[in-house]
Amino acid sequence: MSLLKIRNLGVEFPTAGGPFKAVDGVDVDVAAGEILAIVGESGSGKSVSMLATMGLLPWTATVTADELSFDGRDLRRMPPRERRNLIGADLAMIFQEPMSSLNPCFTVGFQIREALRKHTDLTREGRHKRCVELFEMVGIPDPERRLKAFPHQLSGGMNQRVMIAMALSCRPRLLIADEPTTALDVTIQAQILDLLTGLQKETGMGLILITHDMGVVAETAERVAVQYAGQKVEDQPVGDLFDHPHHPYTAALLAALPERATEKRLPTIPGVVPGQHDRPAGCLFSPRCKFADERCHTVPPPVQPPAIGQARCHYPLDVPAHAEQVSA
Amino acid sequence: MADASSQTGRTLIDADRPGRLAEFWSYFRENRGAVIGLYVFTAFLLTAIFAPLLAPYDPSQQFREATLQPPVWQDGGTWAFPLGTDAVGRDMLSRLIFGARFSFFVGIVVVVVAATGGILIGLIAGFAPKWLDTLIMRLMDIILAFPSLLLALVLVAILGPTLLNAMIAIALVLQPHYVRLTRASVLSERAKDYVTSARVAGAGRVRMMFVTVLPNCLSPIIVQAALSFSTAILDAAALGFLGMGAQPPTPEWGTMLADAREFVLRAWWVVTFPGIAILVTVLAINLMGDGLRDALDPKLKRS
Amino acid sequence: MSDAATAARPVIEAENLARRYEVGGGLFREPGIVRAVEDTSFAVHAGKTLAVVGESGCGKSTLARLVTMIEAPSAGRFSIDGVEVTPERWAELRSDVQIVFQDPYGSLNLRQRVGAILEEPLKINRPRMKAAERQEKGREMMRLVGLREEHYDRYPHMFSGGQRQRIAVARALMLEPKLLVLDEPVSALDLSIQSQILNLLNDLQQRMNLAYLFISHDLSVVRHVADDILVMYLGRPVEFGPKSEIFDAPRHPYTKALISATPSADPSRRQERIKLVGELPSPLNVPPGCPFAPRCWKAEDTCRENRPRMEGAPHPAACFFPEA
Repeated sequence: MSLLKIRNLGVEFPTAGGPFKAVDGVDVDVAAGEILAIVGESGSGKSVSMLATMGLLPWTATVTADELSFDGRDLRRMPPRERRNLIGADLAMIFQEPMSSLNPCFTVGFQIREALRKHTDLTREGRHKRCVELFEMVGIPDPERRLKAFPHQLSGGMNQRVMIAMALSCRPRLLIADEPTTALDVTIQAQILDLLTGLQKETGMGLILITHDMGVVAETAERVAVQYAGQKVEDQPVGDLFDHPHHPYTAALLAALPERATEKRLPTIPGVVPGQHDRPAGCLFSPRCKFADERCHTVPPPVQPPAIGQARCHYPLDVPAHAEQVSA
Repeated sequence: MADASSQTGRTLIDADRPGRLAEFWSYFRENRGAVIGLYVFTAFLLTAIFAPLLAPYDPSQQFREATLQPPVWQDGGTWAFPLGTDAVGRDMLSRLIFGARFSFFVGIVVVVVAATGGILIGLIAGFAPKWLDTLIMRLMDIILAFPSLLLALVLVAILGPTLLNAMIAIALVLQPHYVRLTRASVLSERAKDYVTSARVAGAGRVRMMFVTVLPNCLSPIIVQAALSFSTAILDAAALGFLGMGAQPPTPEWGTMLADAREFVLRAWWVVTFPGIAILVTVLAINLMGDGLRDALDPKLKRS
Repeated sequence: MSDAATAARPVIEAENLARRYEVGGGLFREPGIVRAVEDTSFAVHAGKTLAVVGESGCGKSTLARLVTMIEAPSAGRFSIDGVEVTPERWAELRSDVQIVFQDPYGSLNLRQRVGAILEEPLKINRPRMKAAERQEKGREMMRLVGLREEHYDRYPHMFSGGQRQRIAVARALMLEPKLLVLDEPVSALDLSIQSQILNLLNDLQQRMNLAYLFISHDLSVVRHVADDILVMYLGRPVEFGPKSEIFDAPRHPYTKALISATPSADPSRRQERIKLVGELPSPLNVPPGCPFAPRCWKAEDTCRENRPRMEGAPHPAACFFPEA
């Protein structure tokens, strides 16, 4: 049974030029103990959909969903108070910029203790002990001293470890990591990714990794959801996705990776992600897709069955012989 | 080469993305107070421009037979003088309408003088070596440390009490705000890549200051200009009230208030109308300034 | 490049380049010295790409500022096309070296039209050129980088990130430079746009015989574009050699760790990574010996006390115990 289940999630922002659909019909399923990566370029709505799940979007955003449940409990109908208790305890999130996610006015120890005070009924000493324990768990040397440090006295990698410690403080069952290593150097990125996957195995929590880096996906994820312009276009186990992408966008994206290039000239995806004012009528990828025909330009594509990677495409690529294809 | 260029060539930048002006207006419009402020300000501006056409009488024409006549809706008022007359029988309405001219004139001149000087000094401070920067900023701090009206008073006392001198004094008092604002934006803009890029292209210091950096610093300065417009009107009125600004019989709102001081108890209209005129104008401009800030400050923008 | 002698001469040649900053000096405190770049030597030939690789604080951006003549080196020398660079000659050498920055949103002046952005370098450096001629060149350059000429009068905010980066490249090429410094030119771009820009840079290099100084932290991109690689750590070069040698047989442990830490987009090749312990030391107190010693798994006492020099074969590396 999936831990987090989202059906047909939509997020809309009012802007100067009319409403903007940032997320459109996204489904997410994560089971406990699973690592799901959500990949996409900027503007694909990958962060927005998770922020919507957490209830962290500004009030101007309109969030709609057919289902939005965590562990069988409906998040939409939950009273705000209960939802706040759930978020932070069972559902935790870490962000890209560790420096700005921590309050610079307080020591990191104070900030973790604060989280513990809100969500647990530990005593003062209990909280302190748990802090030390957490810091050891995320590999921060000399925890007693580091608890007294302010965020600006720690490096980016250390701050990200603090964020992870804080997220783990209440033993969450699902951790959402939004580009957790993008702001960090490669050697530090490797450390943080190892830490995250290690902790995930150790605690058996679910992990959603939002990223744009295909390398990070390949090395850490078990299942991958690819998003494009606010829609999920493909969802497959990581090995299958890299070997047999079904959606032309995924295929083109993988081909464009410099390390997969066979010659000096890289295969490219022409054009840019459609913006607010130039969303095509049919398939959102059709203006950039080399396989697109008239139907793609006019008819929104169906979502193919799991055997074809849930590809949102009229003409999925590399269809296995036994799989049944649906058409719109 | 060919295929890359033709491919991106096809990706049109769509035409109906809102232009900068339209975007500005849509942000501005969200703030209802600002829109009202804008309307009032426009009315004020038109009044100032067309004062001779709008005013029923000459502002200094005295009707000896009708001194201190109350406004039309009160006993003894007539339609000849809808807002009444003052102690020497001048029509209040005409004086108020012409007063708009002076207030507007004061605002414009003060803002132009203060902003030009302030921006220039701020730019220099932002680009200057550290010692000159420190010198300029400490000087500005000293000016800011004086109570502004007091400093203006002292200046007027030295220069002599005329409207022109009052404007110079107010401009001088307001200038440090522009200096600080400009310097702060210059310093933050200077760290950006496009400035480095201009340097790599070989741009000289003057070009960097005026062509590269200055246009990017203008948003906060425009907001400050709008807000100091109202400060200027207010300060000019205050100086006028203290007898240090425009001299009678100039129909300046502050001076009108001063002239009417002794009749406050007998004829409320002689002080109330100029007071309301100042209040409404200043409030409208401040509201408009807030709207400008919302629309121009990228930090407050919602995406 | 008519005769063989000029063809063999590198476009840029740097020897022991260094840049130090004084920081935090107060009335009563000795200022600290940050050695942003120390002892860096390299050369780039026309039509070739030298990639400078390293993590934050390794001095690669400072190197870019030195090479583009925004700052003068504290020590060492470099020459452009055989001409020794001194601050007096900056103005005349300007047009030979241009730069493209990482962030296409910050590197274009938002208050200028594309046309003005492109023409500005000409206006400054070729004051006698006629306006019509300048515009013709600007339009030609727009075509060259794959933008539509009709957009000549638009403002940068109307373009996407990739298109803006094309504008930035076009501007850098307006003066027909010999060397283009590319400071993380694709790091801020989306994957699908990244390949477009990399192709463009490749095409332009071949067409104009440009030398590139490609600064990047992304080894998968570097592997694709570079001919030679200079690996830096804490302001010092640690390894310098041809791409194939660096990737196939890295000599310095840091290079090896860097390559192993770079995630590869191939789920079947999840390898055991070399785990580096600890973090970058503060640039204010670089360890006296090898700067990498505190994080190195091979470090011995001599590493902590003595500074290794760039030496050895087949390519130089600054390590007492190189891999090969």
